[in-house]
Amino acid sequence: MSQVADPLVATPGSRKGTGRRPVRHDDVAGLGKLRAGFFVAPALALVGLFLVFPAVWTAYLGMTNYKLTGLSAKAPDFVGLKNFTDTLTDPAFHESLKLTLVFVLFSGILGQSLLGFAAAWVLRTTNKVVKSLIEFLVLLAWIIPSSVVSFLWVALLDRGDGTLNAILGTQGTSWLTEYPMQSIILFNIWIGTAFSMLLFSSALASVPPSQMESARMVGANTWQVLRDIVLPHIRGHILTNTLLITLWTFNTFTPYLLTAGGPNHRSEILPVYIYKVAIAGGHLGVGAAISLIMLLINLVIAAVYLRVLRERK
Amino acid sequence: MTTTQTPVSAPGARPDVTSLPRRIRSNRSVMHYVGSVLKALMCALMLAFFALPLLWLATAPFDSAPSLSLAWPEWTLKNFKVLIDNPYALRSLANSIILALGVTVIVLVFGSIASYALSRVRIPGRDTLLYALLLLSSIVTGTAAMVPTFQLMNQLGLIDSQLGVILVMAAGVMPTVIFILKDFMDSVPRSYEESARLAGAGPLRILIDVVVPIARPGLATIAVWAVVQVWGNFLIPYILLRSPDKQPAAVVMYTFYTEGGQPNLALISTFSLLFSVPVVAMYFFVNRKFGFRFHGGIKS
Amino acid sequence: MTTTHTLEHDVTQHRKSLFVGSLVALSLALTACGGTSGPEQTIDTTKNAEATKVTLSFTSNAILGGKNEAEAQWYQDYIIPEFTKQQKAKGIDVTLTFEPNGVDDEKYKTKLALDLQSKSGADVIGMDGIWVGEFAEAGYIKPLTDVAGADVDSWEGWDQMSEAVQQAAAFDGKRYGIPQGADGRVLYYNKTLFEKAGLPADWAPASWDDILAAARALKAAGVSVPIQLNAGTAMGEATTMQGLLPLLVGTGTKVWEDGKWMGNSQGLRDALTLYKTIYVDEGLGDPVLQQETAGRDKSFSEFASSDVGILIESDYLWRSVINPDSGTAPMPDRDSVVGYTKIPAQTPGSGVDGQDFVSMSGGAARVLNPNTEFPQQAWELLAFINSKEAFQNRVASSPIITPRADVNQIVLKDNPMLNFVATEVLPITAYRPGLAEYPEVSLALQEATAQVVAGTSVDDAAAAYQTAVEKIVGSENVASS
Repeated sequence: MSQVADPLVATPGSRKGTGRRPVRHDDVAGLGKLRAGFFVAPALALVGLFLVFPAVWTAYLGMTNYKLTGLSAKAPDFVGLKNFTDTLTDPAFHESLKLTLVFVLFSGILGQSLLGFAAAWVLRTTNKVVKSLIEFLVLLAWIIPSSVVSFLWVALLDRGDGTLNAILGTQGTSWLTEYPMQSIILFNIWIGTAFSMLLFSSALASVPPSQMESARMVGANTWQVLRDIVLPHIRGHILTNTLLITLWTFNTFTPYLLTAGGPNHRSEILPVYIYKVAIAGGHLGVGAAISLIMLLINLVIAAVYLRVLRERK
Repeated sequence: MTTTQTPVSAPGARPDVTSLPRRIRSNRSVMHYVGSVLKALMCALMLAFFALPLLWLATAPFDSAPSLSLAWPEWTLKNFKVLIDNPYALRSLANSIILALGVTVIVLVFGSIASYALSRVRIPGRDTLLYALLLLSSIVTGTAAMVPTFQLMNQLGLIDSQLGVILVMAAGVMPTVIFILKDFMDSVPRSYEESARLAGAGPLRILIDVVVPIARPGLATIAVWAVVQVWGNFLIPYILLRSPDKQPAAVVMYTFYTEGGQPNLALISTFSLLFSVPVVAMYFFVNRKFGFRFHGGIKS
Repeated sequence: MTTTHTLEHDVTQHRKSLFVGSLVALSLALTACGGTSGPEQTIDTTKNAEATKVTLSFTSNAILGGKNEAEAQWYQDYIIPEFTKQQKAKGIDVTLTFEPNGVDDEKYKTKLALDLQSKSGADVIGMDGIWVGEFAEAGYIKPLTDVAGADVDSWEGWDQMSEAVQQAAAFDGKRYGIPQGADGRVLYYNKTLFEKAGLPADWAPASWDDILAAARALKAAGVSVPIQLNAGTAMGEATTMQGLLPLLVGTGTKVWEDGKWMGNSQGLRDALTLYKTIYVDEGLGDPVLQQETAGRDKSFSEFASSDVGILIESDYLWRSVINPDSGTAPMPDRDSVVGYTKIPAQTPGSGVDGQDFVSMSGGAARVLNPNTEFPQQAWELLAFINSKEAFQNRVASSPIITPRADVNQIVLKDNPMLNFVATEVLPITAYRPGLAEYPEVSLALQEATAQVVAGTSVDDAAAAYQTAVEKIVGSENVASS
């Protein structure tokens, strides 16, 4: 049985089912580099024109004082790195970054991943009806459009007679203003758990059942089975999941619909901060600069993940 | 999963497992009991957590005067009638379907051939490219890139064109699609391709006839993901489209507010329900027809 | 009216100097960075003037079945068919389309800005009057005479609009568009609750102290929310327009005056002190409500269910919120239960220009797109939309205060509330400065109220405002207190 000896595990997705084949022989269909280039070209052309080009332009805007209206809309000045230095020295940005990291850690990395994994793990051995029902509800939360979801959660957490207050008998508790971060963290877990659940349930299906069986036979408890058998097997999935979840959570704007960043900036995560600067304040140049800073932070996080997984190999 | 009592012989038991302390084994039945209780508890909690917020969507659309609280409705179907009479509501759902289908077809076709090639051939700088695009897609879908995107589409004459919206949104989700699909392509066993090649099939034929059928659950999953991304997107269609009969439902959703910015909850909740139904229906369809997973059931 | 007139003239003068100064700065900037935009081209006002086949479009934040439905309905049922008919009689074949929108104002504004900066967009554009200044500064829109020629000034409708009303669509002393309505803020109060508290049904407060006295009486009588004075950022501009600005003009303070923005002024501290009294010291309002995302909606529904004693709002509340027929929080007994009165200055005579009573006004406007292919016909359309006949048709189903005195005379006589605003409030009202920095300054003002309501001292909140406003406009543009 495979011991996951693939040297490329650090690259997400290069889990070879068996590892019996060296990488060089991957090109079994005889594509060749040139033809592979043609295969990639249409997607790259689309992405290049409609994604990379605006992104580079945005990077340029980040170095101007461009505004949507007013005098600096007419003739924006090139201000170099001023937007970046201003942002990096702004306490409001620091506060927002801190909130974002907390948000990503608790709602994304811990919340969605752990709950998604736990759901996938538990549902493997659960009664079929219960399993389908839970899976359906979790997926429903994921596929219902966010503009709808925000209303559902406002109704849930409403101060007057929201569902939660009615159940807990805590009428008058304004969850969204008293616990804004906790609220948007739970909210985001609710929306996003489906992805991790799906990914991990496929991952778990790829763990050979015989290995878990034998571990059980010799008396390993669940935790030991997870640690010694399952986790080594699904490391690549964990990386893919954590990376995507982190990026998505970092860039999600949906919590704005719930708390609008308030009260008093207490739930103003970076995408909301950018929205307030760029749209409400009209400072598109500064907004672009903050977007780039976010990109760099994301880059650092991605690099750390890759490194951690490579080292643990 | 079978219970631990099942008398199955354990071939290939691993040495690190057999060396576990005895004490643990003796606690097994207690642990098993605790485990079952924990599992039931967890299922109950998950049911409650995921079902509670959805209750509002089940009652408010049928209430003659819905509020932001959950109450037993004064049953009515009036809200649905109002929406059917709304000149934009139903057409906007059709527009959403057009946009979602357009984006999905583009990303599935372009994305699967690209990810297949990237999976099978080591093009130099492949991983760097993938990560770079993935990171870029996160800033471009944000508000900051709005002006460049608009100006670009204006230069291309793609303002008020659904094709323009489809291209921009497809480009936005493409990196993630390739990233996930490449993962998937990696897990498709090579042996089938080898046989097909020996039978004289070219790469494109192999992709269409061999790889795609195996990868179908993954393609289906990524298709649903792409549809969800497009379905809720407000900003891009709003700024790029002009004619009201081209606007998707996500834009029309925002029209149910008064001049003072107050939501008309009766219409919003009802439209929310209609808005969600096609996506949920698609999930059921895809789930039944293709299965709904990230990696196929085939293991090499 | 005369005081308002000279006042506006004054502001215009200062704006002019600011504008000239900005132009100098702009040309310097242009030379510095090599000139990103070409020279200003003049518009050919007679372009296609003789055309017999004309395509025109107009847009507004209104849509059938949604936001501002009555307006959209009017476009579809009256403006489009009537204008087409009128032009047909002249032998001109007009294809007129309306591009509806139904979004919040920020998003609509973004779309308009994108359209105009890429030299496209509808020929006649409806927008909030407060945007006219920043759109003009950006070069997106031009004075009406520049687009459609000098004849614009001889349009009959101008005589029906007071200077103050015209100001809502003007910038730098020039008309950029035609106002499409007018509004004014008043104090609403619930007569049932007032009776319970032993207060008169014809309440007429003359000072802030009178308001506080009534709120205390309401509290003593067990009213759950004696007064709702908008605060915080969650309510957005509603906090500024229906909260802090009416208080500030009541202290004689203007947020923008003599080319400078208000800093940490005595007026600001007085206004914030009133917030502190209401929300922190005496518990006369509901501080949590001010922080909730849907706080404003809730304050309306609480007012409609007779849980709120006093509320500041524009005639919008009367027309669209508590309207028994079509409101979002209908009040079946609105006419008998809800009273309204002018907002008093801090003390009699302490308001701007020594006024005893004050108000704030906004209002939408329609402008011409300088990039139109048919400047003359677009102006004809704009004039037609603002004609007496068109407005009479507009207000027949749902009354609003129109900018035209001749229409108001006919329509408002059956509507005491709107008539009250048109005749008593509009003459004493004030307007926000239509500058690009205003939205951010407004946000800083909202922040100050949020802090006070959350327990920060008035001095600290006012000092934080000063810092914020200096950062927005530069300390040289902030008035020293």
